[in-house]
Amino acid sequence: MVWLNAIVQGVLLGGLYALFAAGLSLIFGVMRLVNIAHGDFIVLGSYLALVVVQTLGLNPLMSALIVVPLMAVFGYVLQRVLLNPTLGKDLLAPLLVTFGLSIIIQNGLLTIFTADSRRVMAGAIETASVSIGGLSLGVLPLAMFATAIAVILGLDFIFTRTSLGRAFRATSEDAEIAKLMALDNRHIYAMAMALSAAIVGLAGIFLAVRTNFDPSTGPMRLIFGFEAVIIGGLGSLWGTLAGGVVLGVAQTLGAAIDPGYQVLAGHLVFFLILILRPRGLFPRMDG
Amino acid sequence: MKPGYTIERATRASRIAGLLSLVVVAALIAAPWWAGRANMRLLGEVYAFLALASLWNLLAGFTGLVSVGQQAFVGLGGYALFAASIFYGVPPLLAVVLSGFVGALVALPLAPILFRLQGAYFAIGTWVAAEVFRLTFAQVSALGGGSGTSLPARIVTDIASTRDAREMIVYWSALALGLGTVAVIYVVLRSRAGLALTAIRDSEIASESLGVNIARTKLVLYVVTAALTTMTGALIFLQKLRISPDAAFSVNDWTAYVIFMVVIGGIGTIEGPIVGTLIFFLLRETLSDLGTIYLMLLGAVAILVMLKAPKGLWGLFSAATGVTLFPLRRRVVSTDAR
Repeated sequence: MVWLNAIVQGVLLGGLYALFAAGLSLIFGVMRLVNIAHGDFIVLGSYLALVVVQTLGLNPLMSALIVVPLMAVFGYVLQRVLLNPTLGKDLLAPLLVTFGLSIIIQNGLLTIFTADSRRVMAGAIETASVSIGGLSLGVLPLAMFATAIAVILGLDFIFTRTSLGRAFRATSEDAEIAKLMALDNRHIYAMAMALSAAIVGLAGIFLAVRTNFDPSTGPMRLIFGFEAVIIGGLGSLWGTLAGGVVLGVAQTLGAAIDPGYQVLAGHLVFFLILILRPRGLFPRMDG
Repeated sequence: MKPGYTIERATRASRIAGLLSLVVVAALIAAPWWAGRANMRLLGEVYAFLALASLWNLLAGFTGLVSVGQQAFVGLGGYALFAASIFYGVPPLLAVVLSGFVGALVALPLAPILFRLQGAYFAIGTWVAAEVFRLTFAQVSALGGGSGTSLPARIVTDIASTRDAREMIVYWSALALGLGTVAVIYVVLRSRAGLALTAIRDSEIASESLGVNIARTKLVLYVVTAALTTMTGALIFLQKLRISPDAAFSVNDWTAYVIFMVVIGGIGTIEGPIVGTLIFFLLRETLSDLGTIYLMLLGAVAILVMLKAPKGLWGLFSAATGVTLFPLRRRVVSTDAR
């Protein structure tokens, strides 16, 4: 029962990691950009949620109405001003610019909010649970998992059914030809980053409610998201969910053995997959 | 009269720089007699970062292997030193040299796994590897586990019995390692292998079509860089005398700062990391009281340099004046013109 419980909790935790991973995977798919500051964006989202909840007294989950649009605008502007000029030449420029951003966000948050560990209180929903077959499942983790599925369904819809999605796929396939077809790449890229940042906002809210966070916790979120992407297979949306679940289960099983092994177990499974199936569990596009 | 040509590799600036650097090196060797204890420590730190920056530049600037996980080897070096001297009684300075082999042995099987990741994903993959090292060493209770350990006094006095003599020896070792690393890189880059490396830097596809074995070149370079980075790490923690997993495998200390040095100085040149290291320490010694603001400033400067002057400050200077102190290029010169 202990093991079954660990596995189920791990699957639900995987929903959060899938949210971390989806935004990362999206912008890589569209513009081959890896955002080193992705984890710091998530923590930025958590702090935004904290401020919104504290000043407006909103329910944390309702704070999404404000946090998500704010993050999207932040992502759009950031892409147009800082990241678009770095694209195309080599991988070093976007990598180092986002690395610089990561340091700026971390230390900016440190200046404003100090190094104290924070948490957003969500009231009764935090401890609410339903019991299924002798297992007690938290309502919050279930909501987290459902959100992850909804986000991936939504992304799937955008990519396959909308003109924006067609533009994403076209620029991803061949940016030059897309430009000839009168698509404005700079705008398309910025829209992709806005979408990614919106998902990051959601992830940030859940992170803030689920656990403690401080300005230095961003990089570890980046690593978890990245591991989920690679485990699931580059460029596959449902793969990111699978990757998140595998990572989540590895971590909860590791923690069930010894709390010190939680994160390490996740890393080891990541390396194992990289050795055995270097293209991930659900490979789709060519990198 | 028959036209004659010759291949020239030195420039006038490089000859002057060569002479000047001899004077500077002589002055640095003599530092124990003119610099105070605090300044010697600072210089020791500068040498270590000079080595780290030059090595990261060799990897990223020439083969495009951008690693955000070099702290894996810095920390490994530190722990190799502590483990070898505490458990096996290896003299510390010998342990520093041996740690280089440890680094190479670890890098050799790690590289093929990490090389499965491309570009920026390789970068994060190296970071995960460093995290695995950090979490693993945090489990080794014989080395203090998560809270770390100090180098026992009997081992420290093993280097030399008096404190002055000990600090001189460690200082000279750091100097030798810092300058030695730059010298090794300079010699390698001017050799046949260096020609292959500069070719890969300029165009990977073109160099491969001319017969450069890219996969093997990258592997060798990764392993050599790892070995030297590990030795540098061992020396850094010989200076600190105390180690903990968080300090040993810190991404900020051993990789973020190093990347800023290389980017601000100028990536893909030998001068760049040297200039970058000096600027970094100049900024740190004058602005570090600003704390987080200083770090944000550093990030902003790095972004600005990357966007506006991707070749760094040395690249700007070199393009404006045509000066190169460590010339890697071969130039055809007409002998008639003399």
